Amino acid sequence: MLILNRRRFLQVGSLASAAAMMPRFLKAFEKGNLVPPGNKVLVVIQLSGGNDGLNTVIPYRNDIYYKMRPVLGIKREAALSLTDEMGLHPSLQGLKTLYDDGAMGILNNVGYPNPDRSHFRSMDIWHSASDSRDYWSTGWIGRYLDAQCKGCDKPTQALEIDDTLSLAMKGEFNKGLAFVDPHRLYNVSNEAYFKALVRAHAPQEHAHQNVDYLYKTMAETISSASYIQQQFKTYQSKETYPRTPLGRNMKVIAELIMSDINTRVYYVSHGSFDTHVAQQGQQERLFRQLDEAVTAFVKDLKANNRFQDVVVMTFSEFGRRVGQNASGGTDHGTANNMFLLGGGLTRQGLLNEGPDLANLQEGDLQYKVDFKSVYATLLNKWLAADDKAILQQQYGHLDFI
Amino acid sequence: MASVPEKLQMQHLAWRAGFGEPLPEVLKWTHKRRKAVVHNLLSGPEKAVLKPVTVIDASQLPDYRKMKNMSGEARKQVRQMNTQGVKDLNIAWVQTMIRSNYPLREKMALFWHGHFACRTQNVIFNQQLLQVIREHALGNFGDLLGAVSKTPAMLGFLNNQQNRKRHPNENFAREVMELFTMGRGHYTEQDVKEAARAFTGWGFDQGGQFVFREKIHDDGEKTVLGKTGRFNGDDMLQILLEQRQTARFITAKIYRYFVDDVNTDEARVNRLADRFYQSGYDISSLMRDIFMADWFYDHAHIGNRIKPPVELLVGLRRTIPMEFEQEAMMLLFQGVLGQQLFYPPNVAGWPGGRNWIDSSSLMFRLRLPQVILYSQELQARPKEITPEMGEGQRYKMTLQLNNTLRKLYARRVNARINWQPYIDTYRDIPRERLAAEIAGALLVKNAGADKPLLDKYADASTRDNYIKTVTIDVMSTPEYQLC
Repeated sequence: MLILNRRRFLQVGSLASAAAMMPRFLKAFEKGNLVPPGNKVLVVIQLSGGNDGLNTVIPYRNDIYYKMRPVLGIKREAALSLTDEMGLHPSLQGLKTLYDDGAMGILNNVGYPNPDRSHFRSMDIWHSASDSRDYWSTGWIGRYLDAQCKGCDKPTQALEIDDTLSLAMKGEFNKGLAFVDPHRLYNVSNEAYFKALVRAHAPQEHAHQNVDYLYKTMAETISSASYIQQQFKTYQSKETYPRTPLGRNMKVIAELIMSDINTRVYYVSHGSFDTHVAQQGQQERLFRQLDEAVTAFVKDLKANNRFQDVVVMTFSEFGRRVGQNASGGTDHGTANNMFLLGGGLTRQGLLNEGPDLANLQEGDLQYKVDFKSVYATLLNKWLAADDKAILQQQYGHLDFI
Repeated sequence: MASVPEKLQMQHLAWRAGFGEPLPEVLKWTHKRRKAVVHNLLSGPEKAVLKPVTVIDASQLPDYRKMKNMSGEARKQVRQMNTQGVKDLNIAWVQTMIRSNYPLREKMALFWHGHFACRTQNVIFNQQLLQVIREHALGNFGDLLGAVSKTPAMLGFLNNQQNRKRHPNENFAREVMELFTMGRGHYTEQDVKEAARAFTGWGFDQGGQFVFREKIHDDGEKTVLGKTGRFNGDDMLQILLEQRQTARFITAKIYRYFVDDVNTDEARVNRLADRFYQSGYDISSLMRDIFMADWFYDHAHIGNRIKPPVELLVGLRRTIPMEFEQEAMMLLFQGVLGQQLFYPPNVAGWPGGRNWIDSSSLMFRLRLPQVILYSQELQARPKEITPEMGEGQRYKMTLQLNNTLRKLYARRVNARINWQPYIDTYRDIPRERLAAEIAGALLVKNAGADKPLLDKYADASTRDNYIKTVTIDVMSTPEYQLC
């Protein structure tokens, strides 16, 4: 064990800055635990397509709910009971356990003023954290990188487990990194020819010219890919993850969290929740996959004593209409709920009132909590960042962390 | 700018006013006067008639009025025709760009495609809008604006179909002012409200034709941008064109796209905008002013523009002719590189510039020549396009598009590469000068790919293999991403 890790250290040392790695590494050893605690991590799970919030957290005491959803409404007996008023979708059994353990917060009626019912526009708004009248070309996590990573050694503070990078991860000066498999990322970027090109190009401190910017991005990608792969090798999960794309992605995230990597934000997507037709089966299947992946992930974190350092946030670009449609589905709506999971929540359970079905606006729920407040809270209280600068406005903070 | 060699100037022009030209063509230009070269670029070859990019005839799609009464099977067929149609339209336009002998028109159309960003699932509507944009690409901006504003694609996308006297919908009016003409900060909310009233009644019928529905038009008096009258939609566009700010906004955007997207020289843009305004919004004159200016050939601009993904792909295919076993690969490439034609990210279009580049998109770009020219697997899939809830169940069409791309992702990219014409352009170049010539032809500015490096990774077994491998390696550089 010792020799193996000693070798890893030397390898990393030759790639990354050895001095920077040493103290934490040694400290970890003293505790007999390879993974040093402390680095607070945010995991964002995007539920793409507009998840039906009303069938996620079910207001099963509300007559309007059943009246407007005679077929799709989930029966009280079937729902997993949270309180007298509300229950969880039957497929979310693992999350129900987390709820019971005090490791889950549910925020209802999250949205934004003047909601847009187009997927791509509303997703844009959630990613950029702009007002619905503005078009911003940077994302909230990207701007977090801009604020945190001036002169950062490696742009690995935010990683997306996907082939391409989401708008949310793009800042003006810094961008997150997207990959599905750390080994493939390494193989692709560390091609000898590419490395030779980077070596041949004189490094520029200030990338004013675009060519310098491209070379800088290329050099960072190559070195980040090496760094990620090195870190990734250090921990292999003993947990069994479901063999679904989300399961595989959550496993990659867990293995990275358990390594010494400097990543603060992970981003992953799951879907599609666009259930215009035959919603029941589709949502059930997607929730089962979500539930299994998150359950394995949490178990993994707990076994490694890291659950208190991680917050998982779920969101979707919008909720769905209150009334069911004629095809056994629901159409695009507005306000929705968000889940917050973690061992370090300061408030748990239902964090606010459930949806007010008696006060709809053109058949849609009205938002009560601006999603930017959730971002502000996470940025400020969890990631210790300047939320006002990043969101370009001061939003109120919530008290779940 | 005597310090910039003539050849480099013309390479620069060939890329900015098109998708690059082969070295022999560029060399020909160097023997002509700038004025003549620019004139040819602007007017295209003699007798160049505009051939519409057409993939479907309106008569092939059924009457949408009858859609409601259609059987499930018939609806499915319509959906498939639309999905296939939008895909085909993408491919057909890319082919047009590749083969065009009037590249500036396509390039300009690509610019307007981003400016008048629009999403619709209807292939006929897309086809119409594309035709309008290509037709007026180098014509008069006022005509272009008017024609675009009357397409069913745009009217539908910006909800003007719902803009009625009693229930005004401001979306169309707002975007016309914010994104198409003046830009933010030059009008008030009240102006938007009044403009929306002027556009009431503008819509389209089920056959895809513009209609003015007088009954729902608000013909009362409006006060907008300091003018008062019983304005209709046409009057409104005219008022917007009378604003100098419109000329300034459009000129600045064209300057950023064609000259420099990092630094906007305000004084220069203002001078261009004044002339554009005085010309009555003649787009060709504006482009002539830009391409004729000495500052356009300044070192600072050369090789400092990040090629949009579509320009990268088209440029590569214009350099080396190739036929893909499956042309749909173009959609996959566009997707992973972040510019899927007909699917702009939002109403504001593609932000462009450094927004094209992140770690993964840059690595795809660098790998792309190898993937295509060595028939490798791309092993990447774009983010899924979430279908919008259109009328009926058209969202299924986008699902089909996603499925197509998913199936392509792990496929080997098979293309028949016609190397010969390209190799022939180097016929007279001695072997020891080949690497430098190739790099010099493919890159406008070279920062890292020198001969020793290229030699090290080249296959020197035959002259042809040497040319091929050096070419692929030159195309796999950061410099090749720039023009």
